[in-house]
Amino acid sequence: MDISSIAIANSLILGISIASIFLVAAIGLTIIYGTAGVINMAHGEFIMLGAYATYAMQAYFGVPYLLCIPIAFVIVGAIGFVIEKLLIQHLYNRPLDTLLATWGVSLVLIQGTRLIFGSAPKYIEMPGFLSSNVEFAGISLGVFRIFVIFAALALVALVWFVFYKTDFGIKIRAVTQNREMAAAFGINSKQVYSFTFAFGAGLAGIAGALFGVLNIVLPTMGMGYVVQAFLVVVTGGGALVGSAIASVATGEMQAIFAMILNDTFAKFLIFILIVVFLRFRPQGLISAGGSRR
Amino acid sequence: MSWTRRKFLKSTAMSSGALAAPALWLPTARDAWGATLKEGEPIKVGLLFSLTGGLAVPEEDSTLVMQYAIDEINASGGVAGHMIEPVIVDAKSDFSVYTEKVRELILRDKVISLFGCYTSASRKAILPTVMQRDNLLFYPTCYEGAECTQNTVCTGPLANQHSKDLIPFMVENFGKKVFFVGSDYVWPKESNKNAKIWLENVGGELLGEEYVPLGSSEFGPVLAKIRAAKPDFIFSTVVGASDIALHRQFKQEGFSAETMPIASLTTGEIETKAMGAENGAGHFLSAPYFQALESETNQKFVEGFLSSEYGKNGVTHYNMEETYTSAYVFKNALEKVIAERGIEEVTPAAIRNACAGIKVGADVSPEGEIWVDENNFNTWLVPKIGQCQSDGSFKIVKQADAHVEPDPYSIYPDAGTCTAEGLLAPDGTLRTDVI
Repeated sequence: MDISSIAIANSLILGISIASIFLVAAIGLTIIYGTAGVINMAHGEFIMLGAYATYAMQAYFGVPYLLCIPIAFVIVGAIGFVIEKLLIQHLYNRPLDTLLATWGVSLVLIQGTRLIFGSAPKYIEMPGFLSSNVEFAGISLGVFRIFVIFAALALVALVWFVFYKTDFGIKIRAVTQNREMAAAFGINSKQVYSFTFAFGAGLAGIAGALFGVLNIVLPTMGMGYVVQAFLVVVTGGGALVGSAIASVATGEMQAIFAMILNDTFAKFLIFILIVVFLRFRPQGLISAGGSRR
Repeated sequence: MSWTRRKFLKSTAMSSGALAAPALWLPTARDAWGATLKEGEPIKVGLLFSLTGGLAVPEEDSTLVMQYAIDEINASGGVAGHMIEPVIVDAKSDFSVYTEKVRELILRDKVISLFGCYTSASRKAILPTVMQRDNLLFYPTCYEGAECTQNTVCTGPLANQHSKDLIPFMVENFGKKVFFVGSDYVWPKESNKNAKIWLENVGGELLGEEYVPLGSSEFGPVLAKIRAAKPDFIFSTVVGASDIALHRQFKQEGFSAETMPIASLTTGEIETKAMGAENGAGHFLSAPYFQALESETNQKFVEGFLSSEYGKNGVTHYNMEETYTSAYVFKNALEKVIAERGIEEVTPAAIRNACAGIKVGADVSPEGEIWVDENNFNTWLVPKIGQCQSDGSFKIVKQADAHVEPDPYSIYPDAGTCTAEGLLAPDGTLRTDVI
């Protein structure tokens, strides 16, 4: 096939959009895995809960879509906080058990959602101005995709601000680097972990509020995203910058390979490349320092 | 283990009995099923659908509508006075659970027929067991064909019936250039092979053919290719959650149903409800049934079902209707067997043979009269084309003039023709149980 420069430009921009979706899906997991070291298999279900929270707010209380996004953060963050207090905090020194326990949590969340909302897909309405596209010199992109790109940037900025400009962030970084030493300085590391987990869960909730519009709202919708999120986090090495770079790389590859070949083959190639990459650099792109790992 | 005199006598008596009557040990149809229906006892049928997991959206509806149909049959006196009892299991969208549960239903519950599956993958997973035990599967949805077993009755459209009218209709109304999009598995690929033949017949031009992984929600690259190719319409065999993502992103990326509609084999009432009517409006669907069909039977079905305890999801769609009619194919065939042979002589194989040519009249079937083909046991039906309206309902814009014949081997004439006894190859050899 002939590949014009416009097609390439389109793919590069589309790659940024796909990257932003990957990053939004992965950012909550980055924080939970990168700082608390929890392999959270229920991350996809936090995304799903965010979508359902948005749906419930909109359908039952008539809250406008844009306002639903922060509400999804609060609701899913609260659910994450409760789960951390009840379950995860007892398992911090047993990573394999955490994996199983969070897998169990994900099943409970899926079935619970199905019991409450039923298994029929739900529909989230979005404001009309987001449902169009922008064309410029042959390059075209949906407004909602641009919205997601900005949301990804805003979330990265938010996480950076929380981690580097607040007291809470200093405590998180201290606990990540050396838990015992931080505790010796009077930081309540248990409390810090609880809030970190809740923060990560809340970010997944935001992802859900965004993806509910792009995709379908179903109890099982999170499963597709969790694989992608783990790929990004593991390739990135657990640090925020690493995740951002990994998202952009995989997003661009997805768009370019899909343009030249097709979607199925693009996924296949990316998986192979990531396996090869991790063979030579198992710690990922940028590994977060920490005494625990 | 010690041999007592008593045990020795007993075992020799048994083995000599076996030698004397070898016919007893050959698995006849009755032995394979291993049960007998009795006067006054309910007739058990198995409902093997997924109530949880990724396939739950269509398959939960199938279970609900089967329960509704069985209640309806029982309320009107059952089958020749015998009540039907559904045995409901959850296949959990997991193919290993399908094969496990189908054994349980046949061997333990002794069901006389099964109603189940939505995907070809699960059908192919359970068919070996169904064939081995000579049971009967009612497969109540569309599929690609290219199968010829003696244990299946299908009430949905085959690939050769499904797109026969849709492609010429779209070419006539919108133009010759088309782009195919499908989910990456067997049914879309086989359906597209059929669609290409119809397209060739009307002189259409295929600009591109793309498949996305099952469950994928990213249509950016595909839509970019479509934008570059500029087709007159899109032919879609995307299924499930991906289908909703496709329609939503189609509109978000600035495409319009007026200038480039999607002609789909899958986007029914349940999908348009989930994607939002504004994302579905203007697109086309080919199916034998629409909720909006104007007939007394359909009105009765829609009102009866939605007001019943099973109508909680608030919609009827083609897949449910095909499941509903399969219950009546079963009823009519079973009535025929009971009338001919009596209740105690009923076997799954006898019901299957009685299905040949069985009609479900327009007074029962919401889509209008249908009948089962005498040779390949698929269904003669009338495909219709509907256009989605701004409220999410469909308006029927075209209806085939006559019933269309099901032909499971339409694109593989070299494989032979499917007869009641098996697949008859051109060289005269007969193969049974072809899946």
